[in-house]
Order: sequence, then C-alpha cells, then structure tokens
Amino acid sequence: MKRLVVAGNGMAGMACVEQILKHGQKFQVTVFGDETHVNYNRVMLSSVLAGEKSADEIVINTREWYTRNEIDLRVGVRIVDVNPEAKSVTGNDGSVTPYDNLLIATGSNAWMPPIDGLDKDGVFVFRTLDDTRELMRRSGPGKKAVVIGGGLLGLEAARGLQVQGCDVTVVHLMSTLMDRQLDPDGGYYLVGKMEELGVTVLLQRTTTAILGNGHVEGVALSDDSCIDADIVVVAAGIRPNVELGYKAGLHVNRGIVVNDYMETSDPDIFAVGECVEHRGVCYGLVAPLYEQGKVLAATITGNRGPTYTGTIQAAKLKIMGVDVFSAGDWSEQNSEPVRFEDRALGVYKKLTIRGGQLAGVILVGDTSDSHRYMEWLRSGTDLMPQRRHLLFPPPAADAGQDVAAMSDAAVVCGCVGVTKGAIIEAIHDQGVNTLSQLKECTRASTGCGSCTSLCQDILRAVAPDFEDEQKKVLCGCVPFSQEQLRGILRGQKLKSVQEVLDIYGNGTGCEVCKPALSYMMDMLWCGEHAEDRSARFINDRVHANIQKDGTFSVIPRIRGGVTSVAELRRIADVAEKYDVPMVKITGSQRIDLLGVKKQDLPNVWADLGMISGQAYTKGVRMVKTCVGTEFCRFGTQNSTAAGIEMERRFEHLFTPHKVKMATVGCPRNCAEATVKDIGLVGVEGGWQVVVGGAAGKSVRKADLLTTCETTAAALEASELFFQYYRENANYLERTYDFVERIGIEKIRKETVYAADPVKAGLLDRLRKSKARSYDAWSEGTTPRTSGQFIPLQPIEQVLA
Amino acid sequence: MNDRRWIRVTALENLPLREGRAVLLGDVEVALFNLGPSTELGARVRVLATHNECPHQGGPLCDGIVTGDSVVCPLHAWKVNLASGEVERPANGRDHCVETYPTRIEDGIVMVGLPAMRDDVVGAVRRGGSSDPPPARSAGDLDGASA
Repeated sequence: MKRLVVAGNGMAGMACVEQILKHGQKFQVTVFGDETHVNYNRVMLSSVLAGEKSADEIVINTREWYTRNEIDLRVGVRIVDVNPEAKSVTGNDGSVTPYDNLLIATGSNAWMPPIDGLDKDGVFVFRTLDDTRELMRRSGPGKKAVVIGGGLLGLEAARGLQVQGCDVTVVHLMSTLMDRQLDPDGGYYLVGKMEELGVTVLLQRTTTAILGNGHVEGVALSDDSCIDADIVVVAAGIRPNVELGYKAGLHVNRGIVVNDYMETSDPDIFAVGECVEHRGVCYGLVAPLYEQGKVLAATITGNRGPTYTGTIQAAKLKIMGVDVFSAGDWSEQNSEPVRFEDRALGVYKKLTIRGGQLAGVILVGDTSDSHRYMEWLRSGTDLMPQRRHLLFPPPAADAGQDVAAMSDAAVVCGCVGVTKGAIIEAIHDQGVNTLSQLKECTRASTGCGSCTSLCQDILRAVAPDFEDEQKKVLCGCVPFSQEQLRGILRGQKLKSVQEVLDIYGNGTGCEVCKPALSYMMDMLWCGEHAEDRSARFINDRVHANIQKDGTFSVIPRIRGGVTSVAELRRIADVAEKYDVPMVKITGSQRIDLLGVKKQDLPNVWADLGMISGQAYTKGVRMVKTCVGTEFCRFGTQNSTAAGIEMERRFEHLFTPHKVKMATVGCPRNCAEATVKDIGLVGVEGGWQVVVGGAAGKSVRKADLLTTCETTAAALEASELFFQYYRENANYLERTYDFVERIGIEKIRKETVYAADPVKAGLLDRLRKSKARSYDAWSEGTTPRTSGQFIPLQPIEQVLA
Repeated sequence: MNDRRWIRVTALENLPLREGRAVLLGDVEVALFNLGPSTELGARVRVLATHNECPHQGGPLCDGIVTGDSVVCPLHAWKVNLASGEVERPANGRDHCVETYPTRIEDGIVMVGLPAMRDDVVGAVRRGGSSDPPPARSAGDLDGASA
C-alpha cells in the first residue's frame, strides 16, 4: 500500500483525507499536526471564546475516527523539512518519515504587522484552541483588551473577550470595519452595531508600539495617543504557511501554486486549503477547502478528472445579534447596485447585478435571505423575472414551499458542498431523522453552521420520523437547551438571571425560564452570584408551600423522622398559638402545619426553633428511615443513624427537582428505599446504594448504583450521585427521568467508577456548595427583601 | 368616574424590583409591582397596581412571577396583564379581567388612584373582586373610557 503523509491536522487536511477514504483504503496514512489536539472546527473558535460552545463540541474527527481508519496520528509534531529526492519528511522531534505521496495542508499563520514590543507577555494571536484557552484564562471582568484589526476574526475575538468580561477596544487601519467584505456603508452600520454591544472602535489608526515592562501595559497609536491594555490580540490578517513548499522546491507565489487538479509542480506532492494559491487566489475561508479536498482526493487516488475552478467567497460574522453576510463581488464597477437601508432598524442590504445575474451581496442587520442569494450566485440565475422581489421575497404561502421549490442540485451546505439531493438520499437510504444524524452522515452543517435551519426545514419536510432537537430549548425566552445554558453560564461566568436574559434571551424571561436559570446559578456559583428573588417561585421567596387559599404550609426538618418530646410539644404549642387549621403527619415521616398566613411565617419558625424541611422547593426533602438495628429484630444495618447523617450532608441544598431519600436496615424495605431518588438498602455486610426510584406520578424501581461495605462508603457514593445529578440534570427533571436518559452504566462510570480526580471534583464542588448553604428559615429574622413576609402598611390610611 | 382619590402608599424602595407587594387600602387588597426603569417613561421607574386577586380562583397576584408587563399567578399560572388587567392565558380566561389602578410616584412615594367614593356608600371604596361581577373593562383607564 502506498504511503501518504499529511502535513497538517486541520480542517482542510482532514476533510481531504475523509474524501480520499471514500475512494477505498488506498493509502497507509500518517498525519502530523503541530497542535496537540485532534482535528477541530477552527471556524468555531470564536464561539468557544464567547462561551457558546465547549472545546469538545467543536471536535470534527475524534480519536476513534483516526483509529477506525487506521490513520497514524502524530500530534504535537511539526514537519520542518521535506526531501523531495529521498521522498521523506523530517519532524521537529527529529523523526524521518518516508512518503510516496505528500499532502501539504499547513493552512495559514497570523500576519504580524511591524509593531514594537510584540514579544511582550500578554500579546496573543487568535488561531488555535490553545490560543483560545489562554485568552479565556487571561481575560475577565475589569481586564482591558485591545484587538488590532477590525476584520472578521478581530471582531469575533473582540466580542468573545467582551463576553468574558473585558473592556475591549478594536483598532483598525481603514475607515470602516471588515473592509475586505463590506463596502463603506455596510461597514458604517457594523461600527454602530459593535459600539451598541459596548466595544470601542478606533478607526484609521495603526498601532505603533506595545507598551509595558515585560508585560503588556498599553498600546501606542499612530495619532500619538495611548490606551491601557492588559491583553493585546493581533488579528491583522493571515498569510499562507508556505514554508514546506519552499523546502520541497515547489512553485510558490503567495501560496503554493496548484492547478485545477490540485497538483503542485512536484507530481508526488499535493497541497490543499489556505496554504495554496489557485488561479492567483489564496482563500482564507472554510468553503473552498472542501471543494478542493474532493478534487484532490480524485486526483491522488488515480481518478484524475474532476477539476477545481474556484469558489465564490462568502463570509458570515458569527456574533450573536450582529448579522453580517457578504459574498461575491459587491463593487459597483460595471454593475447595477440595488440597495435598502433603515438606520433605525440597523439594516443595510446591497446587491450588485451584472448582466442580469447576481454578482455580489452585502447584508448587515438581517441575513435571513443569505441562502437565497448564495444560490443565485452559484447558479447564475437570471434575475430579470424577479427584479421586483430582489430584496424582499414575495411571502411564501407556507414555510415548506421554499424547501420544495429548491432543485435537488441546489447546494444546501456551502462549506461541505452538500446538495439538497444528497440530504434527501441520506434521509431515505440511511434513515436519517435528526440534525445530528444528518451531520454524522453527510457532514452538512458542520462548517460555519449557517445552513442549520435549512437542513432542519428539509428534514421536517422529508424525514418520516423527524425529531426536532432544537425544540428541546429551555423556553422561547432563552432559546438554548439547558445543557448549552449551563455551558454558557459556566464559560462566561454570568452571575445573574437578568444578565443571561439580556444577553442570550428576550430580556424579559418568564415563569418557566427564570426559576430554571436561578437553579443553574445557584448550582454553579453556590452563593457567589447575585441571587434574584424575583426570578423564583413564591415558595422560594418565603420558604413555605403556597396553598389554594394563599396561605402556606410549614414543615420543619425532622431528620430521619426521629423527633423528641420537646419538639413535639413546641409543634403543638405553635399549632395552638397560630390557629393552624390542620396538623398532619406527612407521607415522609414529618409533621405539616397547614394554613399559616404569610405574615406569621417568621414567628412560627422562631417559635418552632427548628430548621426548614425544604418541603416547598426543588431541593433536598427528607430521608425516610426504618428503625434498623436499633430496635428491629431483622435489621442488618443502623439505617436510622445513616439516614440522619445523609440528611445532614444534603440539607439546605437545591436540586433540579425534589430529591427524596430513604434508608432501610434490611431488604424488607419498610421505608421504601427502592422507590426513592436515592436509597440505601442494608444487607448483611454492607449497603446497596440505589438511585432513580419513584413512587409518584411514575412508579420505577431504583437502579443499583453500587454496593459498599461501610456506611461511610455508601454515603460517599450517594454524594457522588447527588452532585452528578445536580450538575447534569435539566431543571424539573426527576432522578428517574435523568437515570433513564443518561443510562445507569454511564452514571456509574462517571461517579462511583470514575477516576479519583473526577470523584474528588464532584465531592469538592458539593462541599463548597454545602459550606455556603444555609437554613432558609434564618431569613425570618433577617429578611432578604423589603416586605418579604409582612404586607405593606400604607402611609395614608383608607377607611374600610 | 374621572375623579380619583390619590392615596400615598409607600416609599418606592419598599418595592423590590420585579416583585409584587400587597397593601390593604380600605377593604381592597391592592398588589403593587415595581417593573423597574422604563424607556417610555424616560428611565423613570414604572409601578403598576392591580386588585390582588386572580380572576380565576382568587390567587394572590402579588406572589406571582413578573414577566414583562404581566404577572403569572402562583396558583394555576394564569397570566394577567398588569397594565390592562386583561387575562392573557389561558385562552378560555380571556373574558376575565382584573381591576387595575393608576399610579404615580411623587418625591419617591408611590401613590395609587382609587376610584372616587360613590355618594351612596360613604367612607368606602368600591369593592372589586369575586363577590362583584368583574367590570367589562379595566377601571384603571385614566381617560375614563371604562364602560
């Protein structure tokens, strides 16, 4: 088998290898990458910086993919030399690897403008996952960041840093932003949008020096002004990384020169992606890489024929709330411009028409039609019949019509080059029903992601069992899944519900999303956040359960259901003193005082002298116990003591939904531990820890998590599951749904059978939360808000 | 019905942002809501007042979660518009409506405009709520357009 060596483990190289594999196993492939990661979606780094995606989410080819395809992956090794005579490459680790064919996919490097002091600590480029991680580590509230360059990458970096809390200034040489993609009018609108977001934009200025003693302290500008800075990001442009082209003696201009078959001047060496120059053009965007990869794959596998003839360049800015799209040639020379603008809305659209066909397009503020325009650009559609509807399409009779009107040959995903026909084929032949399956199967929508909604539309129209994964959003106010929201909150250190609603939602919120966001805040920041009581249900504002007549029920904590004469006496006294209409033994071995007025709550709690039983909240309820070895002649374990200890460890904490627990001293299960969220079942010589049980609306027997010999170990196993549930369940998801959704095997692997550092992490976070938690009833003497319990007394009395 | 008796109720700082508070004015329990600074009012704080009783089953509206200009009743999640008094959810509740009262803020004191006294009921304010048939339109219209 021939040996193929690939220099570069990025998007272009691996997309090309994927295409080569489609021609069958013709090569023994070795891939060198100077980064230490598998191939990830570099386009999405700005989304990682903005906290919208995690590093894991942007992985394109997993390690399993490399293994499955028998690819020898050498990460952290850069190819430093090529010997075209000996047909071998040398790595920076000294290794020499022979090849039959060499594929150069080394991409591009950040261009560093001539500025003094670029070597100072705190100066970054924004090209790799490591750059991104370092930027995230160094940025934060109060930090000042300067981004040099107001192009696509610079602006995305600026927004990301701003979301991380930095005070951001963009310095740009030209008179408007993104001048490579936008005309001055479009750039003007974009400046306004960036400033609205709170990013300072300084135009027509260059940076002359980075100031500071070893570490960045500021930058000096060409207008003799200086601005303070802790971080400087250089995003002044990219240059094809052609070093290996020279080493191999290839024909190199700006990039490594390739012909329409993607061949270089050496018959055994090929090149693809941002490092190549094709018909005088070097591309710096994702779409051409895939088209080039396909052609190259045909050529290199002996199927020379298909040609690459160039790509219509299209760019889309990925900043939430700032819609910018540009494609083709939008210069007005020899063209008929068609324009729309609305300053109040911040919308600017321009089309250029040449010979009755679309030549270029700029969209700012509203990019919803970008796909239609791309299709016109690609197909060269004659626009004469629809001249009246160029900027605003006639309203479609129904949403499905647009999809139905598309031809099978129409390209849906421009990045990967997937047609509508290919998607329909995947649906019919491969049984694709969801967007994730479609991504896996066709790679559609894995590039820039702008075709996601169109892919969804096609799936909805064609797939028989279509499942809309997007629908699993928290609610319409904040259209993200709860998992995404947890990531966003964590990544961006957002610490108030209103902040999340302002940045990622409609600014208003509702009774569905506000309590959910409140829980996430509490779970992640455990008291270090700005708790917003208005975002919580009344029960969580007054720490009692509202009843049908507006009164409240009061359930004090009676750990393990074990009380005392003194406690019972106080409860009786309180019931009498406050005319409590009903005193009831609950199903969970506690005592409920029903019908207490809101204004009496603080005094009732004070007189009881007991702590909150959290019976009103999504939190830790009770641990129901049997009498165990203390009294029972069948008991094998001291279930009462274990239950009381468990309750002590968890009480006062909030959870995605209520958590009910029980401990029993033997498998006779008197306290019904096998239908609780967490149960300990005593057996001879130890405990079974069971989770995910239910005996309410659903009835489910709990799954066995693990078996432990000691009570201490059983309690620790419970703690691991408890914190894992707190961190990974959706709000209002009970453990019985959670365990079914995740699967008990996975839960075991990630809790009781996890590596020690993982377990220590869960326990640390639990203990941190626990240390900051407090008895909610203590607010009876120190109210959190004005009038929390007592109705307002009007200044002016009104006679009744 | 244009005349209103303006009652000085409480200092604005006693109303936490986006929460409701109840106050008994005569024999009417009024719910006051602090909706925060309003762009329409030139960034001045907007306070809205309604009768503190959900038209559904009498739930305390002051204990609901505020969403935009509406409140969601804590008992059965009926959604009531605080400005108009109209029920927005559920659909079959739309013919119900809760009485609203105009408010203003003077020197940091929130004032509520109660309906003028009727001649025949001296010393009492008009009673709203479940014991009376609900008014067809909110009585809170300042321009007196109520039916």
